[in-house]
Amino acid sequence: MTTTPAPVIETSPPSAPADAGSGAATLPQWRLMARRFRKNRLAVASAIVLVVLYACAILAPFLSPNSYDQQDADLKNASPTSITWSGGPAICSRQQQLDTETFSYKYRSDCGQSVPLRFFGEGYHYKLFGLIPTNRHLVTVDKPNTLLLWGADSAGRDVFARSMQGARVSLTIGLLGVAVGTFLGATVGTISGYFRGAVDTVLQRFIELLTSLPTLPLWLALAAILPQDMSVTGRYFLITLILSLVGWAGLARQIRGKVMSYAASDYVAAARIAGSSSARIVFRHLIPNASSHIVATAMLAVPATIISETSLSFLGVGMLPPAVSWGVLLSDAQSVSTVQQYPWLLIPAALVVIAVICFQLIGDGLRDAVDPYG
Amino acid sequence: MLSVVARRGLYMLVTLAVVSVLSFAIIAAPPGSALSQKISQLQSQGGEVTEAQIVALKEQYGVDDSWFTQYGKWITGFWHGDFGFSFTLNEPVSSVIWSRLALSVLLSIGALLIAWGLSIPLGVYSATHRHTLPDSVITVIQFIGVAIPEFLFALVVMSLAAHYLGTDVGGLFSNDYADAPWGWGKFVDLLGHLWVPLIVIAAGSTAWLTRVMRANLLDVLNNQYVQTARAKGVAERQVIWKHAVRNSLHPLVMTFGTTFPVLISGEAIVSIVLNLPTIGPLLVNSLLNKDMYVAGTILLLLSALLVIGNFVADLLLTVVDPRIRFGE
Repeated sequence: MTTTPAPVIETSPPSAPADAGSGAATLPQWRLMARRFRKNRLAVASAIVLVVLYACAILAPFLSPNSYDQQDADLKNASPTSITWSGGPAICSRQQQLDTETFSYKYRSDCGQSVPLRFFGEGYHYKLFGLIPTNRHLVTVDKPNTLLLWGADSAGRDVFARSMQGARVSLTIGLLGVAVGTFLGATVGTISGYFRGAVDTVLQRFIELLTSLPTLPLWLALAAILPQDMSVTGRYFLITLILSLVGWAGLARQIRGKVMSYAASDYVAAARIAGSSSARIVFRHLIPNASSHIVATAMLAVPATIISETSLSFLGVGMLPPAVSWGVLLSDAQSVSTVQQYPWLLIPAALVVIAVICFQLIGDGLRDAVDPYG
Repeated sequence: MLSVVARRGLYMLVTLAVVSVLSFAIIAAPPGSALSQKISQLQSQGGEVTEAQIVALKEQYGVDDSWFTQYGKWITGFWHGDFGFSFTLNEPVSSVIWSRLALSVLLSIGALLIAWGLSIPLGVYSATHRHTLPDSVITVIQFIGVAIPEFLFALVVMSLAAHYLGTDVGGLFSNDYADAPWGWGKFVDLLGHLWVPLIVIAAGSTAWLTRVMRANLLDVLNNQYVQTARAKGVAERQVIWKHAVRNSLHPLVMTFGTTFPVLISGEAIVSIVLNLPTIGPLLVNSLLNKDMYVAGTILLLLSALLVIGNFVADLLLTVVDPRIRFGE
């Protein structure tokens, strides 16, 4: 430790927005934020990755060669198809064999007999964007072969197709849950921060109570009292609600702090003297000022919500089959022996990690863009 | 000081009361609980003996009473350690819960110590060597550490251990020692099984706390008293560890209240994957089977633990921070 050089203390303030160009002084606040955000390469890259992921979720049936819920007894736990080259991209044909000693299915790939990949070929019928009926897919192979990019699960369903389909639930439940939580948090936080006094004390004690509860057990308990025979959509919305009910407390606390500091500022005092009503001050001055913070804080809450949904579904109390989410897919990979035998069942986990990291980096980038001196 | 303790103590009691009502509300909410299943099962058997049993059960748990009376019966049982009966395990709740709770707390506290023990030096190093390669590496690892769900990390570590060490790290003991009497060999075997859950539970919190520590220390290092200390020629090591680190630890103590719930949650989910006899698997099973007295008791006891943990954190903070002790 003693040999290390003294740390350099950076006394110069972060580059002022005025350096960014002579016209900066006339730019609106959000343009300055966008400019600062764009400078953060990691955050921008994450945003691009997320856009790709969301596009995959929207285009899921077009991207997947097989239907996500089509079972196939001949492809139980089939490993990912090997891709080769023979005058164009192709896959190796494969055969299922029953190992008579262990009574498990083995698959033998034969790359001598390759099957060419067809782009924009015909496959099963679906509705693009839920509107346009079509049967074109990005890549297909001729029957009876099956293209399994990421292998198949224990019922012979295509893991790639299921991951894309699962993205629809997993990537939206986080956003929706945080949206509900942010609405609650922003409302309570603003009330608490603006009116202070007894209201504030009561709300703060309540928030303290909520944050002192063990989150996961509470989620588990709330999710477990949902009836088992609910429709998929009903369950989706209730799980979203449960996730946001526990998460809003932290948001409320942060927004309260911001609102408090704004409420003590001169312009609010000026507005009050000019005769503005409380409602006007809140909606006209406090909320627009705090909105960028609210967005940044909300963005940082998305990853936790995604992880929670995945964990709940993994444990079998969140989303349940026949619903498909990344957590539901991972619940197939519960034991070590399964993971060792069929490692491709863990591929959805990589998607979870990528999505979560991207949301974190964007959240960090937003926070820095919104508050460069904080 | 005394008034602070008294006020926090009062909050603690109120919180516990509210939590107990909440836990019971969750217990009493769903139809088709294990208790009503038990009763209908007895009813289908018929006979005079079972008739008496049903009456006794209904009497004991106040099935036909109002919600409030049921709650009263349950909560007064807590004074003499009677938490109700588990109808799926056919045992009183109190006899299944204590050893599991003890192991849960042990694992969580162990993970907390590991998290603090790693995150403080890592955070200090990261902050004092800003923008160097190790700092970047630590930052990247932090991001990944926060992003990986615990159950996934547990699965991966377990598969790797099974693959490279050739051992099954699930459970608490290997098959050889499971029924053996306590001895040195069994203890070593236990340690061999405990390191995996400890590391997995601690990983997320370590990543998070390292980030907090780094940010805190950077804040403190910009203060003028640090500059003053350097200017009067105090050795750099002393400046960092005695002046700066001491003051950047406060937020870490404050986060104890938020870290502990995270650890308890992490412990629950990791134990399910690793098949450890802790409170987590018991909670999930009881919830899935609607064995509500077990579930409610666990929820209440875990919350009580956290509330007490928060209370202790507050007290600790008044000890390390004179501003709180003498202020207000």
